Amino acid sequence: MLSQARRWILSPLLTLLAASFVLYTAVWLQPGNPLTLILGTRASPAQYRYMANKLGLDRPMPVRYWDWLVAAVHGNFGTSLVYKQSVASLIGPRILTTLLLIAYASVIILVVGVALGILGGMSPRLAPVIAGLNGLGVAIPGFVAAEMLTALFAVRLGWFPVLGTGQGLAGRLQHLTLPAFALAIASISYVSQITRAAVSAEEQSPHVDTARGRGLSGPRILRRHVLRNAAMPIMTVSALTVASLLAGTLVVEYAFGLGGIGSLLDQSVSDKDSNVVLAIGLILVLVFVITTTALDVLQYLMDPRLRLKGATKWH
Amino acid sequence: MALTTRVARIPALRRADSPRAKADLIAVTAGCVCVALLAVAILAPLIVPYQPDAIDASAINQGPSAAHLLGTDSLGRDILSRVLYGARLSLLGPALVTVLSTTLGTAVAIAGTWIGGAFDRVMARFMDTLFAFPGLLFAVLAVVAFGTGLTAPVIALSIAYTPYIARVIRAASLHQRQLPYIEACQLLGFSSWRTATHHLLRNVRLLIVAQATLAFGYSLLDLAGLSFIGLGVQPPAAEWGLMVSEGDSALLNGYPYESLAAGAAIVITVVAFNVLGERLTARSQGRQ
Repeated sequence: MLSQARRWILSPLLTLLAASFVLYTAVWLQPGNPLTLILGTRASPAQYRYMANKLGLDRPMPVRYWDWLVAAVHGNFGTSLVYKQSVASLIGPRILTTLLLIAYASVIILVVGVALGILGGMSPRLAPVIAGLNGLGVAIPGFVAAEMLTALFAVRLGWFPVLGTGQGLAGRLQHLTLPAFALAIASISYVSQITRAAVSAEEQSPHVDTARGRGLSGPRILRRHVLRNAAMPIMTVSALTVASLLAGTLVVEYAFGLGGIGSLLDQSVSDKDSNVVLAIGLILVLVFVITTTALDVLQYLMDPRLRLKGATKWH
Repeated sequence: MALTTRVARIPALRRADSPRAKADLIAVTAGCVCVALLAVAILAPLIVPYQPDAIDASAINQGPSAAHLLGTDSLGRDILSRVLYGARLSLLGPALVTVLSTTLGTAVAIAGTWIGGAFDRVMARFMDTLFAFPGLLFAVLAVVAFGTGLTAPVIALSIAYTPYIARVIRAASLHQRQLPYIEACQLLGFSSWRTATHHLLRNVRLLIVAQATLAFGYSLLDLAGLSFIGLGVQPPAAEWGLMVSEGDSALLNGYPYESLAAGAAIVITVVAFNVLGERLTARSQGRQ
């Protein structure tokens, strides 16, 4: 029990702590004085000193890091230097767009990816076709998919809007369709690849032969014998893929001009808006750590063998 | 089952085995494409029809023609020339990331299996932290710290890719360590260094090459993505990710040639390196 607590609570917390330090160091190393954003270039040195003192920029780096961390743990990410409003109020409305986009893409990935994978794993004739499509799909990055989909479905056929976020749920979903597919293409192929491998490995296993020998119907074998055993790798890869979509939004939101946290991060990096960069960076890392930990717990609950072995993540 | 695996290990029979031969044909094709791409990158100045930065105000946003095989961009520059020239910057970054991360990853993995104990635990913690960063975010942070361009993202991605490579090599070298030949080396009085570099490393070299090939494809995607969002290579340089982004406005007006050409270059390159990497991984695992 103690080792589980260490693995699921202490270890992720240590990882987060280390990651937050890396984040802060990157922003601290940023060249240029953030005060020029507030004061402009004409302010006197005395004004600069006053402002640095007021914002705490004149204190040593470890102290600033600790203050930022304590505030962040309390949900206070400070003020944006560019927008002059609290970082939370900037991220709040944008994170909804990003979450909707990720949810939409996840549904596409899970439905299409797993379906294609099962098809490829069950039918030896379709397998090479689907394997080929997967090999092509994983190589199409989100931004190339974005441009291709825009050229075909928005410019040539005019089925979908080119840019923007849209109004109301229906309008939003219509605006998010192309971005969601652009975000999903590489992941569909990845999930489908793993599913195909897992399903075809189970298909050839002795227990499935036995089930066939007992005269069970094809769909029943698939549901009860193949998918149950193939579920573990499929679940693992799906969860990791969905977690990595958050990083993919950096590129896809930029391509479609969507106002989510991915495009906000791009903009803030260009603007050197450090508090926003720190907050979004921390959110991305947090989601990733939570997902991998939750996955670890879920695997442990689903597979009794792991409870006996106590394997670690690193191996 | 056991018999067929054993038979498949005999080289002569394996060659006659048709699916294996077909797969190897695919691997050879992928390898040829990779070599051709590297050749284009090196020979670009000799084979481009136009200078990549030659602006022609009288030929803006043209479709493909005899004079410009892939058309021209919004400044009248020849797209074919820019795609060919773009191979230089687009492949240089991934090549550097591949060399750096493979070297680091292999060193960490082999040192970890040899030294073990506290060193291994510290490394594992370090790697867990790195795993928490998606590669692209890590590269974006490097841009925050050190500015746009190629250097900072290349170093950041090299570090970000290290744990992925280290994990695979580590598993293989843990397996190798318990094989009798390592014991034989120790009995012969070889130093750990010699045993590791001359014997263990030689046995996992195919796996290392395979991992490096895969890292090349993935780091190309990350670096091109970074240029696409304006945080990597800056204009007016010719680079594929940047070209996809620069072609965006022409694409909205019905001239998708620049984005299409640069996007196709990215996809073809990554497919070739991925296919080759996966075939090599399969072969190295078959050998072990």
